[in-house]
Amino acid sequence: MRREAFGKCGWLAVGSLLVLLLPWSLRAQERMPAPDAAHLTAEQQQRYDTLIHELRCLVCQNETIADSQVSLAADLRNQVHAQIAAGRSDAEVKRYLTDRYGDFVLYRPPFKATTWLLWIGPFLVLLIALIVAVRYARARRRHRAPVAVDNDALVRLIDGEARRDDDPRKGPPT
Amino acid sequence: MRLRYLLPAALLIGLVVLFAAGLRHDPREVPSPLIGKPAPAFSLTVLGEPSRTLTAADLKGRPVLVNFFASWCAACEVEQDYLMQLAAQGVEIVGVDYKDTDADAQRWLARHGNPYRTIVSDPQGMAGLDWGVYGAPETFVLDAAGTIVYKQIGPLDDRAWRTRIAPLIGIKP
Repeated sequence: MRREAFGKCGWLAVGSLLVLLLPWSLRAQERMPAPDAAHLTAEQQQRYDTLIHELRCLVCQNETIADSQVSLAADLRNQVHAQIAAGRSDAEVKRYLTDRYGDFVLYRPPFKATTWLLWIGPFLVLLIALIVAVRYARARRRHRAPVAVDNDALVRLIDGEARRDDDPRKGPPT
Repeated sequence: MRLRYLLPAALLIGLVVLFAAGLRHDPREVPSPLIGKPAPAFSLTVLGEPSRTLTAADLKGRPVLVNFFASWCAACEVEQDYLMQLAAQGVEIVGVDYKDTDADAQRWLARHGNPYRTIVSDPQGMAGLDWGVYGAPETFVLDAAGTIVYKQIGPLDDRAWRTRIAPLIGIKP
C-alpha cells in the first residue's frame, strides 16, 4: 500500500519534471542559429541571448522571438545573430528592426510622444485613486463628529429599563 | 453633491467608449513605420525569367501596388479575385512571391489567376524583411515618386480600395 503510493508519487514527480523541462528543451533547439551562421564570442552570445528575449514576434504577438516557433521569428533571430557577428551594437540592431517593424517589436518601447501614456498611465491611475481615497477618508471623518448627548435623558432612560427588568410580572430574564 | 453621482457615471461612459474603440482596433495590424518613406531598395529576380531583375527604381513614375503573396497562403486565394478585377481596370500590381518556390507559385497562379504585371521571387523572405512584412498577403501602395503611401495587412478588398487606396493615388474608384 505504502509502496504503491510512493510509486505513484515518484512517477508524478518525474512526469512534472519532464513537463517543466519541456520548454527548456524546445528553447535550446530554437536558439540554434542557422547552420552556416558565423561563430559568436562569449560576450556576443550573451548579447544575442539578451536581445532575442527583448524582441517581440509580430506573428504571435505575446511571444519573444526567442520563444516563438514561427518562421519569421527564426528569420529575425538569424538577422540579430548575423548583425551581432558583424560587429553591430545592440542599439544598431534594434534600430534595424524598428525601422522596418516599428516600436512594436520592442518589448520595452522608448519613452516618446506616442508612448508616454503607456509608460506613465498606470502611475496616473494610481495617483487619481489616491486622491479619491484621501478625499473620501476626509469626508467620512468630518461626518463622524460627536453627537450632542442629553445626559439627563440618557440616565432616565437607563433607570426606566432597569425598573422594568425588576418587575416580577415580566417573567424570567431571557 | 450632484457631482458625486455624475462623475462615476461619466467615467464609466468614457471607459465604455474607450473599450468600444479598442475592440474595433485589430492588434494584429501593426502600423508600418515605412509609410511616407521611399520603398526599400531591393533587387529580385523576375519569376520565370532568371536573367531579369527588378529594382525599386523600376517602380517609379506611376502608382504601383506591391503585393506580397505565396502559394502557401490561404488568405491570398481570397484576395486574388479582387486583384484580378483591379488589374482589369488597369491598376498595376507587382507581385512578390514570398518564401515560396517558383514551381509552387506558377502552379498556384495557374489555378487562381495572375493579376500581376510583374512577379519577382523572394524565396528567403529577405526583401520581405526589409519591407517589414510579417505575413501574407500584405500590399504596399506606392505613389508615382516611389513613396509608400499605404499598407494593407491581410486581403485587399473593395472597401479598402474605395475608401483608402484609390483616393491616395488619385484614381477614381
